[in-house]
Formats: sequence, C-alpha cells, structure tokens
Amino acid sequence: MGYVAVKGGQDAIENAIKLVDYFRWKGRTKPIELDQARTQMRLAVDRAMGEGSLYAPEHAALALLQVEGDSFEAAFHLRAYRATLERRYDAEILNTREMFVHRRISSTFRDIPGGQILGPTRDYSFRLLNPALLNASLGSIEKFLSDLRDEIDPNKLHEMTTYKKVIDIFLKEGLMSSQARPGEDRRVFDVTREAIKFPVPRSATLQMLARAETGALMCMAYSTMRGFGMAHGTVGELRVGEVPVRVVDKRGRLRCVGKIKVSEAEMVGGSGHGQGEGGGRAAKKTGAPRYSIGYGLCFGQNETKAICMGMVESALRNPNSDNPANNQEFVLYHTEVIEGYGFTNHLKLPHYVTFQAGMEGARRVARKNSDKAEQVTVSAGGVEENND
Amino acid sequence: MIENLKFQHSFNYAYIDEFTKKEIRRKTLKAVCIPGYQVPYSSPEMPISRGWGTGGLHLTLSLVGPDDVLKVIDQGSDASVNACNLRLFIKEMSNCAVTFDTAEATLIQTRHRVPEEILTEKQILVLQVPQPEVLRGVERHEAKTRIMHGEADYAKIWVTLYEAYVRSGTLRNGAGHPIMVNGRYVATPSPIPSWDVPNLNKARCLYLFGAGREKRIHCIPPFTRVEPLEFEDIRFKVEEFVGVRCSTSGQDKAFMDQVYADDLSSSYVINDSNFLDKLRKGPRPPQKLFTNPE
Repeated sequence: MGYVAVKGGQDAIENAIKLVDYFRWKGRTKPIELDQARTQMRLAVDRAMGEGSLYAPEHAALALLQVEGDSFEAAFHLRAYRATLERRYDAEILNTREMFVHRRISSTFRDIPGGQILGPTRDYSFRLLNPALLNASLGSIEKFLSDLRDEIDPNKLHEMTTYKKVIDIFLKEGLMSSQARPGEDRRVFDVTREAIKFPVPRSATLQMLARAETGALMCMAYSTMRGFGMAHGTVGELRVGEVPVRVVDKRGRLRCVGKIKVSEAEMVGGSGHGQGEGGGRAAKKTGAPRYSIGYGLCFGQNETKAICMGMVESALRNPNSDNPANNQEFVLYHTEVIEGYGFTNHLKLPHYVTFQAGMEGARRVARKNSDKAEQVTVSAGGVEENND
Repeated sequence: MIENLKFQHSFNYAYIDEFTKKEIRRKTLKAVCIPGYQVPYSSPEMPISRGWGTGGLHLTLSLVGPDDVLKVIDQGSDASVNACNLRLFIKEMSNCAVTFDTAEATLIQTRHRVPEEILTEKQILVLQVPQPEVLRGVERHEAKTRIMHGEADYAKIWVTLYEAYVRSGTLRNGAGHPIMVNGRYVATPSPIPSWDVPNLNKARCLYLFGAGREKRIHCIPPFTRVEPLEFEDIRFKVEEFVGVRCSTSGQDKAFMDQVYADDLSSSYVINDSNFLDKLRKGPRPPQKLFTNPE
C-alpha cells in the first residue's frame, strides 16, 4: 500500500499539472505576451494587485497569464510571492492631495473646486458587445492615438496639476472634524506581521479592507444599503490617479521611489455620534460634527472596491450586531480573499477520518437506541444505566 | 519585453524569511509555556492554499533543518495527494530527509490523525488545525471567546456536551473532542478522531498545533495532562469498531477506514498506512503502541 500509493499520489499531481497545460494549449493559439496582458487586461491586473497586496503590474500580469485569468489564484500567487520579499522600508504616508488625477468625481455637490473630471470610465457607455474590437490592429491603434493627440490643446496642459479635496468644504463649514474620535485606537498596526485582535485599530481595518476580495466587499457594502444597515453613503470624492511613494533612506533623506496608481473613495456618512447614518440628525444636540468619512483606498483602478471599502469602513465604525456589515469580525474575517478561497477549496481534500469518526458516533447512537428498544419490550421500562 | 531576470528569485532556506521564522519560533515557545493557550502569530501567505495545511507548514518550516527526517501524513496516510505535495515542498525548500517510517521521523506533520505507533521525546508532531477556537461553536465572536478563555469560563461548552448527551445519548459525535490541557485551558485537539485523544495525555513527544488561516498556534508540551471533557458519570469514549477486523492484516486494534468495493460491500482496513505496512511486513510488530487500544 504505502510506497506504491505514494508514487501514485505524486504521479497524479504531475499529470494534473500536465493536463492543465494541455487545456491551456490545446487550442494552439498564440501565447499572450506579458505586455499585452499588462496593458490590455489593465483592470484585471489592478484587481490582482489590490487583492494580492503587492503593487507590481508585471508580476500581476504574469500571475494572471499563469492561472488563465482566475482572479483568486492571481491574487494568491502574488501574496505567496510577496511573503518571500524582505521588508526593507516603511513608506511615508501617501498624500493623495499630490495625486496626478486621471479621474475625480463627487456626488455630494454639483460642482466642486477644480471641477468634476470624468476621466477614463465605462460608467456612461452602453454595455453592448463590440465586434469592432476584433478588427483592431497595430495600425488602427496608432491612428487612434495620433487622432487623440490632435484633439488635445497643448495650451491647456499643465494648467492644473493637483486638486483640493471635497472634504475641505466640509471641514471649513465645521460639518466634519479632522480630529480623531474620542478613544479611537490610532496605533499603526501591520496585519501582515501580526494576527488581528478585536477590537482592531482603524489602521488594521483599513489594511484588511484594502486587501479584501472585491466581490465580498461589494456584498457587504450592498447589504448596508438594502435592509441590513441604515446607510446610503454618498460619494464625497472618488479619485483615480498616481501618487508618489516616498521612503526615508538610511541617511535620513526623503526619497521618492516611484509612483503608484490608486483609487481613493471618501464616502460621506453620518458621524455616528448621533443615531442613524446619512443625516446625523441627533448630532445637533451634542454639537458634534454631522458627517464623517468612510475611507477607501486600493491599488490600481478599482472604483467598486474603493467605494465599497469606504462604505464598509464607515459601517464598521458604527457597530451593530444586527447587521453583518456593521460587525468587525464578520466583515474582516470573511472578506479576506486568500483565506476564504483556500478554506472553501480545502473541502476537496479527503475527510474520511473525520467522517468515519462521525459515522461511528452515529452508529453507536443507533446501536444504543436499538438496545433500548429491546430492553423496553422485555422489562417495560427498567432503570436505565448511564453507561456512556 | 521585460528582462527575465526580474522573475528570478531564489527562496530563503525553508521558504519563510528568517525574521518571520524567528517570530513563529518565539510564538511557539510562548505556546509551549502556556499549554493549550492559543497564541496569535503573523501567519504569512504560503504557496499552498489556506485550509490545506499552512499553519502546519509554518511550524514545520520554522523548525526544520537539514538533519531532520520528515514525515507528512494526511488522514492517516503518507500516500494522500496533499501529503505528497506538502512533503515535496518541505523537502525542496529545506533539503531535509523524508520518510514514511513513523519511528524514524524527527518531525511529523499530520492532518487529522495521531500515528498509532508511540512517539518519543525525540519527535515533534505538528498538527494542522482548521479551527483552533474550541469555543467557536458556542460563541461566534473572537473578542468574547478570548475573554472566556481568560476567565476559564467554559460553562457553555459543558452545556453543549450535556445537551448532546440528552439528545443522542453520547457526549459528542465525531472528531475533535474538546480537551482540557494541564487543567487550565480547554482546547481543540484538531479534528482527530476520539481514538487518538487519549494519546495526547502525558505523551513523551511535543504536540504543536498550527492554524494558519486563523493565525493561532497552540501546544501540548511533553508529559502534560490532557483530559477529554467528560462528566463523572458519563464518560468520554473512543470509537468502537464492533466486530471489525482489518481485511488486510487481520488486526482489530487500530483506527479503521471503511472501504467500499464496486458492489458496495464494505470492509475495514487500518487507517494508519505506515502502521499497516509494518504489520504486513512482520514478523516483528512495530514498536510499542500508544495507550490505545487497551
């Protein structure tokens, strides 16, 4: 049994890997180049980087190619790779006011300082399959790019490089406070180095949410709006763009190590000082600010995730055991992509020992019950012995 | 095209970086010092899926050295695909020796079984744990269960056992019977069958429990008192294989797997693959057995 079966197991694994490759290549199509995947599957790359918790577009593209586009597996590969990297520096806090903005919108105001910038989005396009894409060629791409360049008025470039934030309006009006809440845990926690303990500091919540699975986060955020929460957060500001990352080197000098693309959402909700979110009506009495921010930030352009993260973050600061999304433990544990993915898939592992143990228990109960039935027929109810 | 160099990456010895290994070892020492207490740890991502033995892997990789002899068991078998996979990974990453022989191994990683053959003070058994929190079934919130452990408030789990008895006539069905470790912490033995639970008591080896997904390590040090939760009048019992013998070896004193033939007739075979191999090889039976079976 032992050796032969072991050999069998190893052979099975090797064959499984071969078969995966077979199904990948059996169509005999041209291999997708890494750069093609990185540029033309841009949003999949961004999502993998966010959930994989590693800003590395080429690695993310490689991961996506390797796993044939599975978003869970791509994130998983990046996380496993990330875990092997030495941590040399802590970055300084990102300042998203410095962002080179690709897109910024606000739904709280009709117009905002600096203006609404729709930027690259599919929000207002018809979701119709577009067969014209099949005719794209390097020539047509080149033509598109040069046409676009011609449309740009060079005089208008560099007019504005950075933008004020919409929350400045709230802060100026005293509707929002930049002060921490009384008793708020301001420690900077690192969820990759320590297991979280409840209640977790806000920094840990934000880290967990920034790494969370997009769909899971959307489920939580959605639930807060329809029946399992009282929220309907409003997009104070949603930004997508590039921000510089800086570290302090060993000689104490501030160094810019590059730019990363991020999506940032500042969701305006009730401050939680009063009852109910959204309006913050009861706050009047206490004089506390009416509104607060639910903050969302993630790698790349993943607006759904940033918005949902902001809503969930806001919900988590107003604990309510009636709603899943207002419950730290429920949200943080169950939106974690690698853990959820791994554990649900572990059900494919053999469980025959545990199952056998359960069956023996069930049989013991059955035996006991049939013994009991016999006893009853014999003595019509003697004293039962507790022999278990 | 980017240069291929970018993706060339040599792994640290035993995959995990030294700082994290040190951290895991320190948390393990804490777990050894407080038997049965769940110590939170960093639990870095592994190239193996969560729920497939990452907690065990963390412990094994933090302990393994080139002189170690490794054995990996999954559901009692060295042959299971997942056992093969983990064994290969640990071997590739640490250059240790591997074996199927329980007596020869210095480090054994296992899922859901304790070997039938007795383990010695020279051996460490690393158990993979899906859910380290024995109280999770009665209290869903982590913050509360930690307080309950702190206050040794185990009323709810006793009530559960009582209710199980009232309903079914046995304390509990199935694997992972809760244990009291060193008279202080109630812990899970991981989902091992009840058959294996008595072997945790006053054992000569070190038992380490790693729950990767939940980021917890707990431990049963050598010669520690481990009692399954039971009542004075209603005792804990191991699985009874009534009138059953192993169809391969003829033995009846081991945990059995029930195997079904194509005609759906069933027979039993000893679960522990190395133990069975040794029985079949004869003539000398394996070394002393654990306390089971009496």
